[in-house]
Amino acid sequence: MSAAGNGSGSESGSGNGHGARMRLRLRIWRQAGPDEPGAFLDVDAHDIPEDCSFLEMLDIVNERLIDDDIEPVTFAHDCREGICGTCGVMINGRPHGPEKATATCQLHMRKFRDGDEIVIEPFRAASFPVVKDLMVDRRAFDRIIESGGFISAPTGTAPDANEIPVPKDVADFAMDAAACIGCGACVAACPNSAAQLFTAAKLGHLNVLPQGQPERWRRAEAMVETMESFFGSCTNHGECTEACPKEISLDFIAVLNRDYLKAKVKNRRLASQT
Amino acid sequence: MSVVLDAKVPDGPIADKWENHKFSVKLVNPANKRRFKILVVGTGLAGASAAASLAELGYKVEAFTFHDSPRRAHSIAAQGGINAAKNYRNDGDSVYRLFYDTVKGGDYRSREANVYRLAQVSLNIIDQCAAQGVPFAREYGGLLANRSFGGAQVSRTFYARGQTGQQLLLGAYQAMAAQIAAGGVTLHNRSDVLDIVVKDGEAVGIVTRDLLTGELRAHSGHAVVLATGGYGNVYYLSTNAMNCNVTAAWRAHRRGATFANPCYTQIHPTCIPASDEFQSKLTLMSESLRNDGRIWVPRNMDEARAAAEVPDADRYYFLEEKYPAFGNLVPRDVASRNAKTVVDQGMGVGPLRNGVYLDFADVIARDGESVVREKYGNLLDMYERITGEDPYRSPMRIYPATHYTMGGLWVDYNLMTNVPGLYALGECNFSDHGANRLGASALMQGLADGYFVLPYTIGDYLAPKLGSAPVPVDDPAFAAAVAEVDDRTRGWLAKRGTKSVDHYHRELGKIVWEYCGMARNRTGLEKALSEIPALREEFRANVKVLGSADTTNQSLEQVNRVDDFMEMAELKVRDALHREESCGGHFREEHQTPEGEALRDDDNFAYVAAWDWQGPDRPQELVKEPLEFENVKLTQRSYK
Repeated sequence: MSAAGNGSGSESGSGNGHGARMRLRLRIWRQAGPDEPGAFLDVDAHDIPEDCSFLEMLDIVNERLIDDDIEPVTFAHDCREGICGTCGVMINGRPHGPEKATATCQLHMRKFRDGDEIVIEPFRAASFPVVKDLMVDRRAFDRIIESGGFISAPTGTAPDANEIPVPKDVADFAMDAAACIGCGACVAACPNSAAQLFTAAKLGHLNVLPQGQPERWRRAEAMVETMESFFGSCTNHGECTEACPKEISLDFIAVLNRDYLKAKVKNRRLASQT
Repeated sequence: MSVVLDAKVPDGPIADKWENHKFSVKLVNPANKRRFKILVVGTGLAGASAAASLAELGYKVEAFTFHDSPRRAHSIAAQGGINAAKNYRNDGDSVYRLFYDTVKGGDYRSREANVYRLAQVSLNIIDQCAAQGVPFAREYGGLLANRSFGGAQVSRTFYARGQTGQQLLLGAYQAMAAQIAAGGVTLHNRSDVLDIVVKDGEAVGIVTRDLLTGELRAHSGHAVVLATGGYGNVYYLSTNAMNCNVTAAWRAHRRGATFANPCYTQIHPTCIPASDEFQSKLTLMSESLRNDGRIWVPRNMDEARAAAEVPDADRYYFLEEKYPAFGNLVPRDVASRNAKTVVDQGMGVGPLRNGVYLDFADVIARDGESVVREKYGNLLDMYERITGEDPYRSPMRIYPATHYTMGGLWVDYNLMTNVPGLYALGECNFSDHGANRLGASALMQGLADGYFVLPYTIGDYLAPKLGSAPVPVDDPAFAAAVAEVDDRTRGWLAKRGTKSVDHYHRELGKIVWEYCGMARNRTGLEKALSEIPALREEFRANVKVLGSADTTNQSLEQVNRVDDFMEMAELKVRDALHREESCGGHFREEHQTPEGEALRDDDNFAYVAAWDWQGPDRPQELVKEPLEFENVKLTQRSYK
């Protein structure tokens, strides 16, 4: 289907016009299961519309594999608008690929050039075991949240919402942190597979709010120690924030470090008081 | 034997019904709650809030999601906000006004008592979410900010930037995570619910398929709660996430739960138009853009100049011309239909001529680019990322897309379907939005159902069951259901057909969108009724699913869902054909005012159309729940 030469002519903007097609050399990681060996599948992907997204490009590849009686490539995806955090693959060695602040599903093929080679792999981290092909298991993130990433406010107990004022700058700071989509790119980007940025985003959200104060120290200690039981240590490379599709700031890791240190002292003191 | 639907609306004045009802429902003693097991399917706003709240009360909850984490549910994508009748802005809002607006906005096809309760508990929702730490927008004084949304005359919408759904969902997910840690909720992730088990007329459990290993499991409980979202993906292209599906609700329908008003679908006016056959989904651009953007198309179909070069005289600002009072802010259904009209007349813009312009040039000239960037920057950036066009230089192209489904499983005032023990919450049920949903009301309803309605009403069903154990999973009813699911699932692998699952889903979507989309007529609907069964037969004979049933297999996950959409689509079309009137999101071209507006027929169609399954070889039977309006006066909507 060609979309060029429609006679409308009222289009402005990108110069090379819609509907251009590209040919790409793909190297896609295939792995039948968590304990199976993996290998690259080479695909000559021709006739790829430059207006399609990266995942739609994989859809096209999969349709063609099915035509050839080859099982399609498994990859995680859902909302395809950059908010659910389900998708994410390594594209030429970078989580979510070359475009800054962009999840894989929002990356479009016009960011590549005709003839490019693209290497596609799953996120690599010991705590994110490969499920199949490009899909990994990120349940360790849920364990971190369950250990303390919440404010205990059983349904029905809340006072009127305006009885707890929150200064605007505090609310904005919390929201900057809360924007994390839990995709795991930070872990995949880190040479140590550390999950500091993910954990710090939740601590930065909850620990600055007035509502979060009663559980602040318990939360910091529990979440950091649960994190450490799954993931590597942070050595301040800063790769995580570079890869983050929501550009969560490294500053939140400073909050995490400060609160964890204080928590170790305060929690001991609180314990001795009882 | 026909089903009789009893809505169980409590007696008394509308303002007292919920209070009276809460007093009259049976209670389960706190110490006895742990003896009841409740299965909650879906972990979006409705499911997660229900699971958390029920576990806090002491019930034993098992929660199921097909995602890897509960936080992925599609509630997360809601942008705009959540309504509540707090009247924090002192602008005359009230529970009664929110109730009134919602019934009117729904074009008088919802149940008054449910809507009034929704408006009442909207107050508690904001309190609850603020206490959980949801980072709502604040004023400088630290109090909550509000905005007007979707043409509402009061500012009652609370928001967290453009990510309100995300923040509310994370709040509910975190509340559930606390209960998982405390042992009140057992989470089953990557578990696809493929059947509902009914024994002696009551819902007693579900059958799941483990999406990693393919293993089928039976789960038994005292009650089953479905919070599995809507059926928008019947159109293939929609703003829904790729994995949203109707399967759990449809399987419940096949087990006896009536399905209400399937023809009611909301088409959102401001989405990015499709660019290609391989487009997989459509992306919503927040409705707030209509506050400042102007919508137009060139008057001349053969317009050759770039958009910015077209002088005002040659531009057709169709909404402003037709609706001088509301202009670009007419309700969603009106804006959508008018965009369709101009595109159908050949005036569409863009490479596929399938969009209309949404132009910010005037507001940029008036307020400056930086003001526009501050207000809408994240949306305009997203537009540029997807289309490769700079919306600050040339107008955006938009077109309507399926966004939300008002129909769903029929439920009574307790949110129970007509199958005892089976509940439906959130978008999965039909109850609160009538034929059209107001902006910022979906989040409100999901959380109302989960936090503040079901935890009160479910005790009424459970209390008399005290002392009875759930039906054991080795009961023949479970064994039969598991065997059926196994046959069905493995059956697809044996077809060895020639076309992919996606191919058939796309073909189905084209039929449903063409004949049962923004505007419908008898000829088209009848055509759809002949095409859908033919496509379904071909699909069932010729679909190609590769791989195994015993590992992760995304095609196999999809094929069951598309199969259910194939049946659901037919019912949707039949419902649209039977409803010989226009109302809200259901526009029948035969029924319009001389000005082209929706023309209701209150004498003949002021009822809920619930459809009762009669087996795979016979069409569903129509069961009516009459709608009575004691508080709201029925009028013709007018936005002139």
